[in-house]
Amino acid sequence: MTPTHEIPSHPTITFTVNGEACSFIMGDGSHELPPSYTLAQTLRERLGLTGTKISCDHGACGCCTVLMDGKAVLSCMLLTVECEGKEITTIEGLGNPVTGAIDPLQQAFIDNTAFQCGFCTPGIIMSAKALLNENPSPTVEDVKEALAGNFCRCISHYHVLDAVIATVKKGGE
Amino acid sequence: MKEYRFIGKSTPRKDALDIVTGRTKFINDLTVPNMLYGKVLRSPLPHALIKNIDTGEAMRLPGVKAVLTYKDVPDWMGGLPLHVRILDSKVRYVGDAVALVAAETEDIGEEALRLIKVEYESLPAVYDVEEAIQPGAPQLYEQFPGNVLPQGIPAFGPHSLRELVIGDLEKGREEADFIVEGSYAYENIPNPLPPESPGAIAAWEGTDTLNVWSASQGPHMIKVSLQRRMGSINLHSMGTPVGASYGSKFMSWQYVLPAAALAKATDRPVKFCYGRSEHLAAFTVRLGSRIHGEVGIKKNGEVTFLSGDWLVNTGAFSETSQAMVAVGCGEVQLMLRCPNWSLKPKVVCTNRTASGQIRGFGGQELECALLPLLTMAMEKADIDPVNFFKRNYVKPGDGYYWRDGNWWVCRGIDYTKAMEQGAVRFGWKDKWKGWLKPSSVKGVKRRGIGVGVHGNADVGEDVSEAYVRLDPNGTATIYSGLAEHGTGQRSNICKMVAEILQLPLDRVSVTPNDSRVNPYEMGPVGSRGTYAIGSAVIAAAEDAKRQLFEQIAPKFAVKPEDLETEDGMVYVKGKPGTGIPWIKGMDYDRTVMGRGRFEPDFALPNFMMIFTEVEVDTETGKVELLRVVGATDVGQIIDPPGIVNQLNGCLGSAGIDSALFEETVIDTQLGRIMNPNMIDYKWRTFAELPEMEHVILETPIPSHRFHAIGVGEIATSPGPSAILMAVTNALGVRIHDYPLTPDKVLSALGKINTAKRRVK
Repeated sequence: MTPTHEIPSHPTITFTVNGEACSFIMGDGSHELPPSYTLAQTLRERLGLTGTKISCDHGACGCCTVLMDGKAVLSCMLLTVECEGKEITTIEGLGNPVTGAIDPLQQAFIDNTAFQCGFCTPGIIMSAKALLNENPSPTVEDVKEALAGNFCRCISHYHVLDAVIATVKKGGE
Repeated sequence: MKEYRFIGKSTPRKDALDIVTGRTKFINDLTVPNMLYGKVLRSPLPHALIKNIDTGEAMRLPGVKAVLTYKDVPDWMGGLPLHVRILDSKVRYVGDAVALVAAETEDIGEEALRLIKVEYESLPAVYDVEEAIQPGAPQLYEQFPGNVLPQGIPAFGPHSLRELVIGDLEKGREEADFIVEGSYAYENIPNPLPPESPGAIAAWEGTDTLNVWSASQGPHMIKVSLQRRMGSINLHSMGTPVGASYGSKFMSWQYVLPAAALAKATDRPVKFCYGRSEHLAAFTVRLGSRIHGEVGIKKNGEVTFLSGDWLVNTGAFSETSQAMVAVGCGEVQLMLRCPNWSLKPKVVCTNRTASGQIRGFGGQELECALLPLLTMAMEKADIDPVNFFKRNYVKPGDGYYWRDGNWWVCRGIDYTKAMEQGAVRFGWKDKWKGWLKPSSVKGVKRRGIGVGVHGNADVGEDVSEAYVRLDPNGTATIYSGLAEHGTGQRSNICKMVAEILQLPLDRVSVTPNDSRVNPYEMGPVGSRGTYAIGSAVIAAAEDAKRQLFEQIAPKFAVKPEDLETEDGMVYVKGKPGTGIPWIKGMDYDRTVMGRGRFEPDFALPNFMMIFTEVEVDTETGKVELLRVVGATDVGQIIDPPGIVNQLNGCLGSAGIDSALFEETVIDTQLGRIMNPNMIDYKWRTFAELPEMEHVILETPIPSHRFHAIGVGEIATSPGPSAILMAVTNALGVRIHDYPLTPDKVLSALGKINTAKRRVK
């Protein structure tokens, strides 16, 4: 049977990560990207962006949170093929690419020691960043709500709230 | 109080920038060239013999490099005493390891697991600690008849504490005004559940050298404890930052040995990291703890005797349970002054995932089970629990048997002031209405308060060694095998050295965690980081400073003790103008190496008190935690945000919330854990935070030159029993079945009729 129109034998997917274009040929070959790959896997294993963490791997803990077109998404619950044309930002992509300065939110996490083991920190920062993108002056309650999907077992929550609110106050000055 | 430049000041963590930018490399972020991935086939049955395993089809799957069964793994053992093989012909819990696979990718490894065919002969299983010791119960190990493990732990010495037998019970009985008895338990076996699941990478060099990278809380102990078990090999242990541990990633043979076996079989590096369900279903949980006890009390709150059988359910094997029993028996004496004891522990194996090391280390498990009994005694004597703890918490001059079986006398500080100030901050006096009385009632909402206490003399446990090297460019390097698992302790030892050498903090660093570089280090456990590890580091820094001054003194024609140093300059005391940089005194081609060592000291117990206020909805049965106040005295705060973070940790990691909603649920028909995922295993979210405050006093304690001791480990321990007390008071009825989920609350109120849940 002859196909009525040609399907490319190697479909590619293109999206940007931290401002740089990425292209993958989809497939099961050793140099291709398996269609089953989640965005988290692609970021970590193909792009070396290990700042995005995988903890529960089923969308419950928020450790793998990244930004897609500025909004928080769980990269372990998203197939890479769903990212065509999207702009992805990971923890490595926060901050000013020209000066190299870190994001004020990251600085606030340092200033407030808003972490203990630090494993869940990238996910928490990305969720907080998404909130601030949407609402530059959230209340403490807004922050709690926005971070309700982020697991932190050391209980650094209180310092995280301080850090996010400090960023809000600084931004408002 | 002495004013310091760094100690007690809020300074950014040295690893902060890497953490907030995602640059910190945890174990699963590392790869080694040519690395394979390890996977474990796990048993679906709680107790069975493996009659046959067919690995042929799995081996034929392209990308599979090795499939190991009990027939071909090395005979390396784990457990205490050594009794667990990496793989055995018998499985003892759902999740027990049946076969190991090494494959080119994780997906291929998973696929291979599905192709292994196993024939089992199912055996009867036992889950309940008392059923397990009955005659005729299923036997887990031939060498442990009755499923009872031998007591004692060689690492604690020949007399390690096996039970608590002190004084004369009969005398205690006669002196008591009230005697209460009962059976209570803390056996919901919560999981400490660090966000990073355990993992390691193993790679052999030749046949007798093994390199291990792992997320371990005590990486040097991997070398010390595992290399002997592997045929006298040389093990190089490299510790990665730990995505938290809470104790659970200390004894790490469960993942290091399988990775090493696969690496040996394939002659390639192998990474083995637990998946999340694997972590929840087949890694270590808290001890199950049950007490049948009796306690005598006088009207004035003096405890005259305590006797009881302490049944410890360790699950399928003991990792450190006898050690936890020894420390638990020590800690209960710190909490409770009592002249007459007979506490007889029994460590029992059952067919569920093993119990292991978790912060609280035996004491939390013992006291959570014991507290309902003690509160009944307090109620009889009509004693306010804060007054009871004030009276009965260990004081300077009091003695206790510690884990080594020796009698130690407390030369620490009196914590009464911390208790009093905690009570004031909490508003205890106003809210305490007496036993079984709510502090307020508004419609269906009833509020109640509770308090708990815990202490540990392990702040000075075991040996630490450290070196401090001074380089002519005015930098100091600390050689220490101290793991960073979230406490900030690697930063804190830099603060200590910076203070001693008066160097800017950015001129002080710690070596990578590598056993080839660093001397002996037990690891930051039992809150020992501040006193034990700190003492070794401080001694090394002082030794280095002394040598530096000896080098330079002739140039000034003064005695070494006449010199001082600041910011990399050396000068004669009182004459800052005489200063020369280290390099001028040392020359560019010399370094100075100071050495430090800490020897165990169990005479300085720490202290933590937790006050809680809850609101119980008597319609829905939901318990809401409204407020927590922690009270402690640490001698001297090293890092203010760091200690507050650690004390806030009282909620999670199998702490306070293990009295409210955290539990590992076992189906005792199938032996399976029913909630091995992060939706069904409940955890506290940002949206449900209680108000949290701490009173942290700084009464100088005779530890080291900064007069500080650690407290982080025990933050979780007093909380669960405090919650029980608070809910009991709110409801006006006794309730003590951890965790206090709505069904149990409504059942206690007589609003629903639930058949008693089967105990695990």
